[in-house]
Amino acid sequence: MAPEQIRSVILDILARIAPDEDLSELDDSVPFREQMELDSMDFLDIVMELRKLYRVQIPEEDYGELVTMDSTVTYLTPLLKDAESTV
Amino acid sequence: MSYDSIIIGAGMSGLAAGIRLAYFGKRVCILERHTTIGGLNSFYRLRGRNHDVGLHAITNYSPPGGKKGPLNKILRQLRFQWEDFDLSPQCGSSVVFPGHTLRFNNHFDYFEAQIAEQFPREINGFRQLVSEIDAHNIGDLGQTWISTRARMADHISDPLLINMLLCPLMFYGSPSAHDMDFNQFVIMFRSIYQEGFARPYQGVRLILKNLVRKFKSLGGELKLRAGVKQLLIEGKQVSGVMLDDGQILEAKNVLSSAGSAETLQMCGAEVPQDDRFTPGDISFVETISVLDQQPQEFGHEETIVFYNESEDFYYEQSKEPVDVRSGIICSPNNFEYDRPLEEGSIRITALANPDYWMNLPEEKYIEQKQYWYDQILESSLRYIPDFRPHVLDVDVFTPRTIKKFTGHINGCVYGAPQKILDGSTPFNNLFLCGTDQGFLGIIGSMLSGISIANLHLLNPK
Repeated sequence: MAPEQIRSVILDILARIAPDEDLSELDDSVPFREQMELDSMDFLDIVMELRKLYRVQIPEEDYGELVTMDSTVTYLTPLLKDAESTV
Repeated sequence: MSYDSIIIGAGMSGLAAGIRLAYFGKRVCILERHTTIGGLNSFYRLRGRNHDVGLHAITNYSPPGGKKGPLNKILRQLRFQWEDFDLSPQCGSSVVFPGHTLRFNNHFDYFEAQIAEQFPREINGFRQLVSEIDAHNIGDLGQTWISTRARMADHISDPLLINMLLCPLMFYGSPSAHDMDFNQFVIMFRSIYQEGFARPYQGVRLILKNLVRKFKSLGGELKLRAGVKQLLIEGKQVSGVMLDDGQILEAKNVLSSAGSAETLQMCGAEVPQDDRFTPGDISFVETISVLDQQPQEFGHEETIVFYNESEDFYYEQSKEPVDVRSGIICSPNNFEYDRPLEEGSIRITALANPDYWMNLPEEKYIEQKQYWYDQILESSLRYIPDFRPHVLDVDVFTPRTIKKFTGHINGCVYGAPQKILDGSTPFNNLFLCGTDQGFLGIIGSMLSGISIANLHLLNPK
């Protein structure tokens, strides 16, 4: 997947976790936590959704890489380069 | 048949845990002994009318668009939208003791102003207590029992205010008499005073039906009339369960919402005694009166009234069959719905003596239910206009009813005094969720199932 597809995948996951949220205004450089009040349970869900969809394992010490959309896409690009997008 | 997880009990916590597990691809089966779902928060139909079992109000209200708090947390975790629970906020509630009525709604500032007005010398202490509540971490699973009364006394000197603050919180969630654990107090204080009450127009069945629909659509299996007779133990492991009919189901792990003592009983005699697993003994009698008019029509506009006839508040197992000195008056009509409920009703709840109700012979039981219905109503008339001429139909349930339909020892509603916050048991792959784990109320019980499923079954360390 290309970075732009990875971004769509993450948006799709966020829309599932927070269906009431308007994601069109999301700022890719601002932490999810600040924009959406995501807490540790929600971050775990992003990790678990990625594991479910692409069998990608994200070790706990790397959770910090998932802080913004930009950092998440950068982190996932090498991990998902051979994966087919599901969205 | 072999599963990743078997969940005992199709109440709020079991269904919520089931959704989490099924969503992430686990093979999961929920076993429920009763013929219907819900457990302590179920619903039934009697003489052509729908009733809720436990529900007075859903606590932890958050308006649409909110992001914080337990309600939003469980909506996200279960992939629900705010509309799925269809919550209408309360009209307003009160705590009534001699000489004082403290009103509250879903705006905490209003409650704080009431305290400032009626207990001016205590308001600074109250604010300090609230700061302590705000700073408390309910997510710390290692904490032990701390006396709430002692913590409150550090800030508030008037025992009347302490009792008035405690009254709704104890009535809606304390498994222990006289005092409550500070962690439980914080959970209840936030859920009732800081977040507040709401109710779906259709009552608790709407939430339960949405939970089941989601669970099944994710591939989860639900078996009703499937009581667990015994957990199958091999050393420190559980290998599966034997049902009442002798059928054996295997699972990699088991999550039980049956209660801590009740779950250990299913493990057989080889379990060592542990006083954390002592059942609670606080239970209630509840009366439901269906009316020929809406409560507002005879001048009762409050959602819930918590009353107590003296300055002392005796929250304890009743010595009498029912303790009519205090109680809760709930009107399911008095929420801000966009249309009125079809019929009026008033539910009044009071502390009861479980042993008395368990041991009555059947014919006496029916007669005593009628007698105590009259006593409870008589006592409540100090706090609500006399609605007895408007009563169309009546139902009463007792600790015996609760025991019969939920299996909880003593017909106990808020579980064991000692909560098992991390859900662990003496067995490596057997976990607890629900009332005895520690989160309370409708939203809390779902959060309990979610938290324990996440901690032990989806992301085991």
